[in-house]
Amino acid sequence: MTLGFTLAYLTLIVLIPLAGLVWRSASLGWGGMWHVATDARTLNALKISFGTSLVAALINVVFGVIVAWVLVRYRFPGRRIIDAIVDLPFALPTAVAGIALTALYSKNGWIGRWLDPLGIKVAFTPIGITIALIFIGLPFVVRTVQPVMEEIRKEVEEAAATLGATRFQTISRVLLPGLTPAILTGFALAFARAVGEYGSVIFIAGNLPYISEIAPLLIVIRLEEFDYTGATAIAAIMLLISFTMLFVINLIQAWSRRRYGYAT
Amino acid sequence: MRHELPQPPQAAAGSWHPATTESRTARFILVSVALVFLGLFLLLPLISVFFEAFRKGPAAYFAAFADHDALAAIRLTLLVAAIAVPLNLVFGVVAAWTIAKFEFKGKAFLTTLIDLPFSVSPVISGLVYVLLFSTHSALGPWLKSQGIEILFAVPGIVLATVFVTFPFVARELIPLMQEQGTTDEEAALSLGANGWQTFWHVTLPNIKWGLLYGVLLCNARAMGEFGAVSVVSGHIRGLTNTMPLQVEILYNEFNTVAAFAVASLLALLALVTLVLKTLLELKYGAELAANGGH
Repeated sequence: MTLGFTLAYLTLIVLIPLAGLVWRSASLGWGGMWHVATDARTLNALKISFGTSLVAALINVVFGVIVAWVLVRYRFPGRRIIDAIVDLPFALPTAVAGIALTALYSKNGWIGRWLDPLGIKVAFTPIGITIALIFIGLPFVVRTVQPVMEEIRKEVEEAAATLGATRFQTISRVLLPGLTPAILTGFALAFARAVGEYGSVIFIAGNLPYISEIAPLLIVIRLEEFDYTGATAIAAIMLLISFTMLFVINLIQAWSRRRYGYAT
Repeated sequence: MRHELPQPPQAAAGSWHPATTESRTARFILVSVALVFLGLFLLLPLISVFFEAFRKGPAAYFAAFADHDALAAIRLTLLVAAIAVPLNLVFGVVAAWTIAKFEFKGKAFLTTLIDLPFSVSPVISGLVYVLLFSTHSALGPWLKSQGIEILFAVPGIVLATVFVTFPFVARELIPLMQEQGTTDEEAALSLGANGWQTFWHVTLPNIKWGLLYGVLLCNARAMGEFGAVSVVSGHIRGLTNTMPLQVEILYNEFNTVAAFAVASLLALLALVTLVLKTLLELKYGAELAANGGH
């Protein structure tokens, strides 16, 4: 009975609406889909979305791993508060993050006023989009890598050290390989979230077609023009890509379970 | 006879450190990098919300809440969360109970399906309901003839919110209940308790902190959701604007102080959520199971 309720609720809220989207895009056919996908504005929006998401996820991997390492390994005043702050992007509504970042990076904002004389424009450019995506993606990397780091046994490092490895060698040859699946999963999660992100991006992006217009925004624009077909086609392309990402994440976890005996 | 204990090498006095950690300098650099990065990317935006909200003083700040549309937005946000969170709470408990306590085929697949809304862009979460209920859809004309409004009205906003917050409670409880197993319930049943009594007196007390944790995260997202709600709301002032949408409208009208004032309430909600979440983790970390964040 409880299984019946679970399935019924899941079907009503999630599966039927998603199936509606799939069905509608299927009725477009490959020709119609191709037509929308290769439209210059759509293509540019997809390029901007995926490009900025990729850069943001890479930056998050570097800093996310450092943050996780510092939180797991070192004791310093305020560590618990810092640890809690990492989850801020999960808790702060995206629209709030969006206007706050725009205020910071606009020409006379706290950060923007230092960058402007250097000729660096952040607000209303792809750099601004990337910064918003770094904000929302960071906790995905930290929270995926952190628990795995906590499980590292000291003996492994001691063995490496007694065998004459320098600290750098121990980290790069012994610790990092074991963390790779977790880092990859964190990267994929941050990337997937970034591609679909809307609220935190649209304020700082400035939304200039072909320059700083992201794919989710183009869906909204098409909807406002009552071009449901166009909106559906872009959504279907994005959905296809995010389900592929989901599949890749599952593959990484299966591989990690076989190779390292843990799943992130 | 005295044994001399081997001493660590003293050659470079003060720079010695165990082989399983980094040098003092390296540690200092790493901690600084982490702190500067978090300060710049996370803390500064949060601080600037409150700074911008009070830029023209407390009077201007509080004036923002005297506005009818702002109050209507606050009421709507509370209403939507009051419907969406309990719905997903009931679903989350039932789904986790089903997955953790029973054996059936396709369990792993069902767990993946429950997580599905997390991998869908918020805009697409709204779009699927537009496609389902718009006047061009199969359902649309019939709903219209019955006088039922879903899109650009409160039901649509609730549906979109339920969609995006769908997995929160379930995914918190599934690993927790799986870890707890079924022995407690079996004991209760063998002592003559019925199914409902078992759930109420045995299962629920076991999962209460995990449940609270899930509800906390679910509520934060429900009140703060922007993309999905923005697509289905229609942005009718005083009627279908939630707080995040009101923030957008005020901001686009260059009413910065009012926009940040409403935003500051949402930021406070985020802070309260973080504090409660951290307290729960500190106090009941073991009971929440080691499922590490999200």
